[in-house]
Amino acid sequence: MKVLVPVKRVIDPNVRPRVKADGSGVDLANIKMAMNPFCEIAVEEAVKMKEKGLATGEIVLVSIGPAQAQETLRVGLAMGADRGILVQTDVAVEPLAVAKILKAIVDAEKPDVVITGKQAIDDDSNQTGQMLAALLDWPQGTFASGVAKDGDKLSVTREVDGGLQTVSIQLPAVVTTDLRLNEPRFASLPNIMKAKKKPIDTKTPADYGVDVTPRLTIVKVAEPKKREAGEKVADVDALIAKLKSAGAI
Amino acid sequence: MAVLVYAEHSNAALNDATAKTVAAAQAFGGDIDVLVAGHNAGGAAAAAAKLAGVRKVIHVEGEVFSHALAEAVEALVVPMMSGYDAFFAPATTTGKNVAPRIAAKLDVMQVSEITKIIDSSTFERPIYAGNAILTVKSSDAKKVVTVRGTAFQAVAATGSASVETAAAPAGPFKSAFVSEEIAKSDRPELASAKRVVSGGRALASAEQFNQYILPLADKLGAGVGASRAAVDAGYAPNDFQVGQTGKVVAPELYVAVGISGAIQHLAGMKDSKIIVAINKDEEAPIFQIADYGLVGDLFKIVPELTEKL
Ligand SMILES: Cc1cc2nc3c(=O)[nH]c(=O)nc-3n(C[C@H](O)[C@H](O)[C@H](O)COP(=O)(O)OP(=O)(O)OC[C@H]3O[C@@H](n4cnc5c(N)ncnc54)[C@H](O)[C@@H]3O)c2cc1C
Ligand SMILES: Nc1ncnc2c1ncn2[C@@H]1O[C@H](COP(=O)(O)O)[C@@H](O)[C@H]1O
Repeated sequence: MKVLVPVKRVIDPNVRPRVKADGSGVDLANIKMAMNPFCEIAVEEAVKMKEKGLATGEIVLVSIGPAQAQETLRVGLAMGADRGILVQTDVAVEPLAVAKILKAIVDAEKPDVVITGKQAIDDDSNQTGQMLAALLDWPQGTFASGVAKDGDKLSVTREVDGGLQTVSIQLPAVVTTDLRLNEPRFASLPNIMKAKKKPIDTKTPADYGVDVTPRLTIVKVAEPKKREAGEKVADVDALIAKLKSAGAI
Repeated sequence: MAVLVYAEHSNAALNDATAKTVAAAQAFGGDIDVLVAGHNAGGAAAAAAKLAGVRKVIHVEGEVFSHALAEAVEALVVPMMSGYDAFFAPATTTGKNVAPRIAAKLDVMQVSEITKIIDSSTFERPIYAGNAILTVKSSDAKKVVTVRGTAFQAVAATGSASVETAAAPAGPFKSAFVSEEIAKSDRPELASAKRVVSGGRALASAEQFNQYILPLADKLGAGVGASRAAVDAGYAPNDFQVGQTGKVVAPELYVAVGISGAIQHLAGMKDSKIIVAINKDEEAPIFQIADYGLVGDLFKIVPELTEKL
């Protein structure tokens, strides 16, 4: 199996995002960036498949974003992926256009499985993997907390609202990762050094014939309604009294 | 204008999320048809026909729809969309699984988890775990959106729409349902409960989670939630997770027990009407958004609270 893993560079999950004063977006200047946590889980899963001998082909990473997305690719290469493709653009590419670029890359690279994160923690869209699967007419196993190979199929355990669901999907297929699929490794120093020598191809959206003009225009980005801190109460009796007078119980 | 609403249901009954999605479709405007694709789903179709403001219900029977497999739903919905201007699905795991496939096939950029409709092409939605509220205008001819249930009030069951049947797509499909483990509980469903009690890492074991959180929830008639840390550590099942990547809840009363208040957790509960926090660390960020905070050891406070309620 050859595995393709799209990885997105996003704000570090431990940083609290701040809305720009002019309402045009979230301030990312001088903000710590990182690989989207769900993408780390996707890379880890691909590397695990290879270690278990399930994936014998290459693990190819793709990141669509600014020049610095190369750092994100290096992180994944240090975790054990083989090579990277940077599709460089300064436009914020929407999931539909990301899926179209990925489709073109899949057509050229012919992986057996594409593993994406279930959602990017910046746009919280939760779309790209499903869109790619539709464009390819491939089946999908979304929000995966377990993936096993079963002949020419994958058995995917999915986290759904009511609990867990297992589906069997014909390869080639798209899998999107949920948090509990695995625990991503930290790259060791020797692997970080080795990753510097792994190849990264640089492309542009135009190379794939994809128009990345946004379909959604940002009217504004605002702070959410602020919630004021309330009061600390002394003990359980005081809490019950407060809840009663607020009509909550 | 006409909107096709995708119904979430258990075949026998309609999920509350559907009535909320219909409410969003009403705010969007135009005729509203509800698609009930299921297996032995007559009950759900009949319930959908009662939703206020619905023009008609389209009931499609097929075994492949017993578990809403995305590939089959896509094959069913995409040809139907020639007659509609918009596709609305609840932002549940089912809706999130199917809607983007339909959007991609229609060459439309989906607007995910909308919380407000400004006009027929402009929507509000939270981004960055709810730390920013984005207003976007879609230039696509058709709109595909998923609807965050907590932001819309379910329509009443006062309607009497007609029910039409339609044929299921032929298949075969490249995916198949194998099995499921759906938690059965007599407690209110987390996503729609009026009260929620959630436990965090502080509970320290599944036994203690059950011993301390469940009786309090039962006393309050509440649904039960958990932080990701509690779920990851195996103290609570995954369907309890509240937050950016779990469920979004907005009950009348949310009681956070031994939860620190990470932004990813707040993303799932900060629109609750009244928030109570019980935490031994008076500096815990959860207190910055709690209406009533009680600083102390949960293992003392929770039994006392349960007893005195
Ligand atoms: C991409 C991503 C997505 C995430 N999604 C989610 C999500 O959807 N939902 C979610 O919840 N988290 C999510 N997280 C995790 C989140 O960042 C936090 O790690 C998590 O919410 C912490 O859970 P907690 O508050 O239970 O644990 P902790 O942060 O460890 O807090 C435990 C609290 O219990 C208190 N405590 C300890 N003992 C006692 C006692 N005896 N009595 C009273 N109080 C006590 C402590 O003071 C502390 O405040 C996500 C993280 C990432 C990176
Ligand atoms: N710009 C991008 N570059 C690479 N992968 C991406 C990009 N945007 C989205 N993805 C992939 O799609 C997943 C879901 O993103 P989203 O649909 O935006 O929530 C991410 O976890 C990535 O795996």
